[in-house]
Amino acid sequence: MNEKVLTQNFGLDHLFRIEVYLEQGGYRAAKKALTEWKPEQVLEEVKKASLRGRGGAGFSAGLKWGFVPKKTDKPKYLCVNADEGEPGTFKDRYILSHNPHLLIEGIVIASYAVGIHDAYVYIRGEYEVIALRLEQAIAEAYGQGYLGKNILGSGFDLDLYVHRGAGAYICGEETALLESLEGKRGNPRLKPPFPASVGLFQNPTVINNVETLANVPFIILNGAAWFLAKGLPNDGGTRIFGVSGAVNKPGIYELPVGTSLREIIFTHAGGLKPGRKLKAVIPGGMSSPILKAEEIDIKMDVDSVAAAGSMMGSAAIIVIDDRTPILEVLKKVAKFYAHESCGQCTPCRLGTNWILKIVKRMAEGKGEQGDADSLLRLAANIKGRTLCPMGDAAAMPVFSIAKKFKEELEASLKVKT
Amino acid sequence: MSREFTPALKERIEGVLAHYPNKQAGLLPVLRLVQSEKGFISAEDERIVAVLLGLRPIKVREVVTFYTLFARKPLGKFHIQVCSNLSCSLSGGEKILEHLKARLGIRIGQTTPDGKYTLTEVECLGACEQAPCMMVNFDYYGNLDPEKIDRILEGLK
Ligand SMILES: Cc1cc2nc3c(=O)[nH]c(=O)nc-3n(C[C@H](O)[C@H](O)[C@H](O)COP(=O)(O)O)c2cc1C
Ligand code: FES
Repeated sequence: MNEKVLTQNFGLDHLFRIEVYLEQGGYRAAKKALTEWKPEQVLEEVKKASLRGRGGAGFSAGLKWGFVPKKTDKPKYLCVNADEGEPGTFKDRYILSHNPHLLIEGIVIASYAVGIHDAYVYIRGEYEVIALRLEQAIAEAYGQGYLGKNILGSGFDLDLYVHRGAGAYICGEETALLESLEGKRGNPRLKPPFPASVGLFQNPTVINNVETLANVPFIILNGAAWFLAKGLPNDGGTRIFGVSGAVNKPGIYELPVGTSLREIIFTHAGGLKPGRKLKAVIPGGMSSPILKAEEIDIKMDVDSVAAAGSMMGSAAIIVIDDRTPILEVLKKVAKFYAHESCGQCTPCRLGTNWILKIVKRMAEGKGEQGDADSLLRLAANIKGRTLCPMGDAAAMPVFSIAKKFKEELEASLKVKT
Repeated sequence: MSREFTPALKERIEGVLAHYPNKQAGLLPVLRLVQSEKGFISAEDERIVAVLLGLRPIKVREVVTFYTLFARKPLGKFHIQVCSNLSCSLSGGEKILEHLKARLGIRIGQTTPDGKYTLTEVECLGACEQAPCMMVNFDYYGNLDPEKIDRILEGLK
C-alpha cells in the first residue's frame, strides 16, 4: 500500500537525464494526454482526482485550472512556484534535482489542459545548481520534441523558461511572484481580481507548486480513481513530508495523504534524538500554528490539520524537543517575519517588528509581565488585516506559541527578574 | 575599473530578454548576469541597465535594494551564507556562526581584509534535513560542525 509515487525512482543514477527518464516510461503520460485526450478530459480527470495544492493553501488544482477563461484573445500563462521559501521546506528541491523531467511533463500536461503556451518556473535564487540542471532538462525536452512547436505531433505548442528569484520569501506568495516575474519588487497584489483572470502581464494565469504539477503525469497514466485510493476521498495521492529538527532521521518521506503525524515522526523519521522528548511540532512550515506533543495524533491532510487548528501548508514538519526553550522558537519565528515583511501594509510591517522587539527583550531577560498578552494582542491585530496572506502567516505561529506556551513564557520572565 | 558592459555580457542580456514579452520582465535575470560578471551591482551598472531596458533608474534601484541576493558592494571571493533559521538552530546552527566569526575574525556582514571571505547570516536555505547548513557561493554544505567547517575552508582555493 505504501508504494511511493513521485519519489519512486529517486534512487536511480542520472534520472535527471532524459534517456533515463524515458527508459522509466517518462513522457508516456504527456503522449497519452496530448494525442488521445481533449484538454477538457484532462481537466476533468485532474478535478476528479482531488489534487490539492502542495504549496501552502491546499486548493484543488483542477478547480483552479477551471477558473481560467476558456475563450479569450489574451495569452495565458503558467507560473510554477519553485520559490520554496517557507522555513522547514525542502521537498521541491528533491523533485527538481532528482527528476526535473517529471515536473516538465506535468507542466506540459497542465498547459495543454488549460490552453497555455508560455510557462515559467520561478525558482529561488539559491538553487542555482538545480536551476542549471533544470535548464539542461528543458533543453533536452526541446531536443526530443516534448517542448516547443507541435509537441508530439499534437499541434500543441509550449515554451518553458526558468526565472530565478533573488532572495525574498514574499515572492513565494503567488501575486508577489507575478510582480517579481514582471521585474518589480515583490509587493503582493490585492485580490480579487484573481490571477486566473488577471495574472502575469495582466493575463489569465495559473500558479502551481512544483509538487502539485509533478503529480499530474501519474493521474493521467493511472486515473483519478487510482490517485484517490492512494489518499483520501477529498484529498488524493501522497505527500512528500519533509521532516527536520530534533529527529534521528531528518529527510523526505513520501507517504499517503492522511498518514498520522505521530507515525511520520516516530516510525519514519526515527523519533526524537537520544535522551530527548517531544515538546512541540510545527506541522506545515513555519507559518503553521504550533502543535503541542499531545496534539500529534492527527491525520496529515489539508482538512484534518485545519480541523486541529493548524495548517498542512507545505507539509514541512519541524520537530522541537524538550531541551529547546519555547522562547528560542519564538525568537526565530519573530525574526524571520520581521525580516521578510515586504513593508507594503502597516499591520504587517509594524506588527512584525513590534513582536520582534518584545520577543527580543524577553530573550534578554528584560521581559515585562503581560508581554505574552501583548504578543497575543499584536498577532490578533495583524491577522486578517493585511493585503496578502503573509500577515496571517506571521501572526498565526506567534499567536499559537504565545497561547499554548504562555505559562512557560511567563515563567521564564520570573526566573530572570 | 571600467563598468562598461562587455559585448559578451550584452549578448547574454539580449538572450535572456527574449524570454519575455517586455523588457522590464527581464530585470531580475539581467541584474543577476551583471552581478555574476562584475561581482556586484554599482550605481553606474544600475544606470546602464535602466537604459538597456528602457526603465527609469529608480525602478532598477527599487529592485536592487528589495532582493537580498543582489550585492551593492563587492563581496569576498567566497561568500559564506549561514542559515540561522529554526531547523538549523535546533541542530546547533548558532555554534557554526560563532565558529566562523572566530575563524575568520570578522562579524556578520563583513568581508575579511584580504577580500577572500564574506560572512552573511541568512534565513532558511531549503536544506533543513542537512541542518545546520551553509552555502559557499552556490555550493551547499550540510551537517556542519566546527571541524567540518575547518576542512571546507581549507579546501577553498
Ligand atoms: C508568504 C507566503 C509565501 C509562500 N511561499 C510559497 C512557496 O515558497 N512555494 C509555494 O509553492 N507556495 C508558496 N506560497 C503559496 C502560494 O501563494 C500559492 O498558494 C501556491 O504557489 C499555489 O500553488 P498550489 O495550489 O499548487 O499549492 C506562499 C504563500 C504565502 C502567503
Ligand atoms: S532552517 Fe536552515 S536550511 Fe532550513
